[in-house]
Order: sequence, then C-alpha cells, then structure tokens
Amino acid sequence: MISVGVDVGNKFTKAVVLKDGQVISKSIVLSGFDQKQSANEAYDQAIKEAGISKNDVNYVLATGAGKKEVDFANDVVSEVGAGARGAVYFFPSGRTIIDVGAEDGRASKCDQNGKIVDFAVNEKCAAGAGSFSESMARALEVPLEEIGPLALQSNNVIYMNAQCTVFAESEVVSLIHAKTSKADISKAVHDAIAARIISMARRVGVEKDLVMIGGVGNNVGFLKALGDGLEIEVLVPDKPEYVCAIGAALIAAERN
Amino acid sequence: MIANYGYKDGSGDFFVIIDTDKCMECPEKPCVAACPENVLEVMIDDYDDEVLAVREAFRKKVKYSCGPCKPAGKEVVRPCHKVCALGGIKHSW
Amino acid sequence: MAEKPKEYWRWDEYNWRNPDIDWRKAKIITAGVDVGSVSSQAVIMADGELYAFANMRTGSDSPNSAINAMNWALEGTGMALSDINFTVGTGYGRVNVPFANKAVTEIACHARGANYMYGSTVRTVLDMGGQDCKAIRIDEKGKVVSFLMNDKCAAGTGRGMEVFANLLAVPIVEVGEMSLQVEEEPAPVSSTCVVFAKTEATGLLRDGWPKEKVLAAYCSAMAHRVISLLERNGVEKDFAITGGIGKNVGVVSRIEKELGLTALKPRYDTQIAGALGGALFAKALVEKGTKK
Ligand code: SF4
Ligand code: SF4
Repeated sequence: MISVGVDVGNKFTKAVVLKDGQVISKSIVLSGFDQKQSANEAYDQAIKEAGISKNDVNYVLATGAGKKEVDFANDVVSEVGAGARGAVYFFPSGRTIIDVGAEDGRASKCDQNGKIVDFAVNEKCAAGAGSFSESMARALEVPLEEIGPLALQSNNVIYMNAQCTVFAESEVVSLIHAKTSKADISKAVHDAIAARIISMARRVGVEKDLVMIGGVGNNVGFLKALGDGLEIEVLVPDKPEYVCAIGAALIAAERN
Repeated sequence: MIANYGYKDGSGDFFVIIDTDKCMECPEKPCVAACPENVLEVMIDDYDDEVLAVREAFRKKVKYSCGPCKPAGKEVVRPCHKVCALGGIKHSW
Repeated sequence: MAEKPKEYWRWDEYNWRNPDIDWRKAKIITAGVDVGSVSSQAVIMADGELYAFANMRTGSDSPNSAINAMNWALEGTGMALSDINFTVGTGYGRVNVPFANKAVTEIACHARGANYMYGSTVRTVLDMGGQDCKAIRIDEKGKVVSFLMNDKCAAGTGRGMEVFANLLAVPIVEVGEMSLQVEEEPAPVSSTCVVFAKTEATGLLRDGWPKEKVLAAYCSAMAHRVISLLERNGVEKDFAITGGIGKNVGVVSRIEKELGLTALKPRYDTQIAGALGGALFAKALVEKGTKK
C-alpha cells in the first residue's frame, strides 16, 4: 500500500511517499510561479528516491495553498486537516496544533485521531508568518538561518511597535541606528511574531500538548518566544516542514 | 461621531466602532470597567466632549486584544457590549 | 566609491507664499504644524487666509522636523515665530512640536482643512498619507461625523506605493501617470499585503509584464482597498482626496471610476490639509479666548 502526500506551500513544495504507514522518501523543491510544475518536480523526485514507479502509487492527496494545481492528485485535503493528522502521527498527545509557514500562520485544535475541532487562520498578512522573520533578517543583514539562534543570545526585552512587516523594517533600521544589538533586535522580532501567533492560538483555546509544525518550527528563536509566551512546552517534530505532506499521505492511505 | 478604531490588513477587517454621541449620554461608562483587557478609556475629544475611545496602545492590535472575548466559532456577547444599554459600542467581526 | 542608489520614492520638498497678503495688516496670525511619519508641513494663516506653507520630509526626530518645516514656511516672509498668536500641532508627532500651544488629532485637523480647501459642500474626505489611510465624513462646518483610520497596515498607504516604486525603479511622482499607459486594465494584484503583492509583482515581471501594467495592477488593488475602507465609514457627496497619494492620478482616477464619484479639485497641495486644519483650529481657539 503506497500513498503520497503533496503539500504545495507558498514558498516550498513538499512530497512524501508512505509505504504501509512508514515514510520511505520525501522531497522538497522551491515553489516557482508555476505551481503545477513544482508539484510535478517534487513528486518525481520523491518517487525516484523511493525507488518505485508512479504505477505503484495507490492514492495521492494534495494540500497547501496551491493544492488545486496538482493535476495528478486523486483529491485534495485542507491544510489544517493534513497538518493535524501529521502532528498526531508524531505526537499522539497533541491537541493544539500551530502551523506557521512562509506566508500564513494557523492554529487548530484536534482530537486524538487528528480530526479538527476548531481552527483559526491568519490569512495573508506577512506579519503573522515566516516571511516576517525573513524580511527582518534582510533588514538586519543577517542570513535567515542565523536570526533564530541570534535571538537566543539576548535576554533583553525590547518592544516593537509596528504590527506590519513593511513598517517593522523601518523600525528595525532605526533600532540599528540607535545602536541596539542585533541579538536584541532579533529577540524583539521573534517576540513580536510569537505574540501574534499566541493570540491566534488563544482564540482556539490552548490545550496540552501543543505541537508546532511548518517551516518556522525550525527557528529556535521563534520556538523560545512561543514557549515563553504560552508558558507551555512546545513539541516540534524533526523536519516540521514536511508534517502537512505526511498528514496528507496518511489520510490518503486511509482513503484508499 | 462614529469612531472606527482598528484596522484592515491582509487577514481581515478588525474595527471597534464607537458611537460617541451615545457615550456622551452615558455618565457611568460601565464598559470601561467591564473590559478584562483594559482596552477602553474615557477621554476628552477635540471638540471638548467626554467620550469613550480605544486606548492608543491597542489600536493596531484589536484583533488580538478583543480576540479572547469572542472565541472562534462561538456565539457569545462581548463583556463591553453586555453592559452597554445604549448600544454605543460594536465590533466589526 | 560606488554611486549612491537612486531613491525612487523621493518627491520634491518646497515652500510657498501668497504674495497678495501683507501679514502685517492681519489681526490674528495662526499656524498649524503637521508632523507625519513621512512628511511634515507647516502652514501659516493670516486672519484665516492661507498665507504661507512648507512641505518636507520628516527627519529622524519629530521636534527638529517641526522646527525645520516652520522655519522654511517663515523664510522670506519677514515674520518671526513670536509674531504667531497661536500654533496647533497635529499628526503622528503632534505632541513633539516644541512651539505648539495645543495638540489636536489629525482626524479633526484634516476635516477642518478639507472644509477650507474644498469648500463647505465636501462631506467625505479620504486622506492617503505616507503610513496611514483615513476616511472621514464631515458636516458643512468641517466637524467630524464619522472616521476610520488605518495605520496598522502598509497596504493602501504611501509606504506601500514606495515599495512598488522602488521595486520597479520608477520615481514615485511618475507612478500614477505611468500606470495609466495601459491599453487594457489588468486584473488587480490579488494579495492585499504589500509583502505578498511584491512577490506577486516580481512574478509578473518575470512573466514579461511591462512596468506600466504591473503598476496598473497595483494601483487598482490599492483603489479597491481604500474603497472598502471608505464604504465602511460611509460615502456621501461631495468627495475629496487629500494626502500624498491624492497626487497620484493612477490611484485617484481608479477610485473615482469605481465609486462613480469625481473628487473635487483641491485649491492647494493636498498634503497640507492637516496643517491647514491645525491653523484653522488655532484661529478658532484664539477667537474663543483660549490663552496660549
Ligand atoms: S471585546 Fe473584550 S477586550 Fe475588547 S473591548 Fe470589549 S470587553 Fe474589552
Ligand atoms: S499589515 Fe503589513 S504585513 Fe500585514 S497585510 Fe498589511 S502590508 Fe502585509
């Protein structure tokens, strides 16, 4: 029994191949402007790596912002649905799921089967998603991978006023001019984005355990800010960016 | 005067709408004390009237400050609306 | 040394004086200073008539910006700061105008300024500033009936337009004209968020769209957005647009078309509406006998 989940995100497209409930291969490619093509590329790569042929695949489920573009999928599933299913696969105790990707952040509550009870989506505001830290890294002139670890070096609390990515860029520039250390600014940046995600999570009600998925789950600075703010342990699976694709593949396996 | 405090951004419209003419008729302004987040305040406006307003610090994040009062998917009356007999305060979402 | 990158967002700073007025004959001289997040204006009025003003970019600190704008408005008039009876500070930096006698919110000042600039029939004012967007409904006296201000999000503000001017390397003052040079109006950029709209535009350029078409798509998205704010606040004739974007024909003409209303033509630079209102507030306060 082989199933595939394809997650066409705003920034990256991921594909995961599952054989009898086990991940046998995964791939990630940049989502270009042609999402159809990116989906195909990711699919081809994952199939190749799994050492199988497309004929062996029983069911393909697509998810993510560009899910409708995946012409080879049997069906589509919502991002929240796939995310929660994937999250409880890693942490069966997970009840509150926070998913922060490049362009959106969402919080949901689910039951032990990964079925959604409630959800809140933060649509299309870059200030509540990964692209916020990306823009700030650019303003700070530090590589994106370093902005998270950099934040951990600071214990100072600086409050950022701007609630918009565009205005926050100017604020960061003036903080630099005011000789604020980059570590302090990085922390302020992550505190700001975490505050927005936390309020969103509170709207669905935070219940233990809390699982963080999506690419921003790789950012230690954000995780620290989130954990401190929520005063709760944040569970993060290894390679959190694949969780939605894995969830889709798991649901695909059940559908077949 | 109808005062719309809040914003519209990529995630939607979030406005706290205050009818200051009604607030002027309301000496107690019970909403201020009813608000768990301390979002509201009484101020003197530019025309020297004593009115209700959303505190400056909350104007760019009302979606968050007023979020817990109305959890997603639930039909509840916000505390500030509940105590307001004149219908002077509304939320756009 | 490498050449300094061009600053496409820059517009010209300037000052203006009415040569027909002799301020020495005036009974009441008042001033309004509007320190916005992007630009600052100082307006001087003699007996309630516009006498002089200056319009410049806000520097890194508010008090200095206010002083600079004021000094520039005074330049060549022979007037000294002490000749002014009352000064009102307004705008985002209103509490930081060192020589102001009172601070008034920009909403109230804009309303009053628009009433002077466009006449008493104006009921709806849309102010599109550098970092905010306001919709104001006013009565025949220029008093606010309802307002809405959006200063959280860069979409629909001058800042959002600057991001696009920079991306496309088109001087900000040319954006509007350029966006009208399309044969057919393209669909508006779908993302509201400036950050995502920028990504979208980058993709359109890569697809071979000419600059003017991308600008047209952005100007119309911006028009849509401000119209939704206007409608939330209520729209009534006559209608006027103030603020920096009020000079951008690409946005203005699209708003007019979608609303089915023609914006009144301003008598002066639309960016001075706030400071003008401040000076008018100041005059009313002097007449009411408010002490300095
Ligand atoms: S909704 Fe809640 S937090 Fe918001 S003003 Fe009303 S009482 Fe306060
Ligand atoms: S607030 Fe800023 S980041 Fe959010 S939608 Fe508006 S422009 Fe984008």
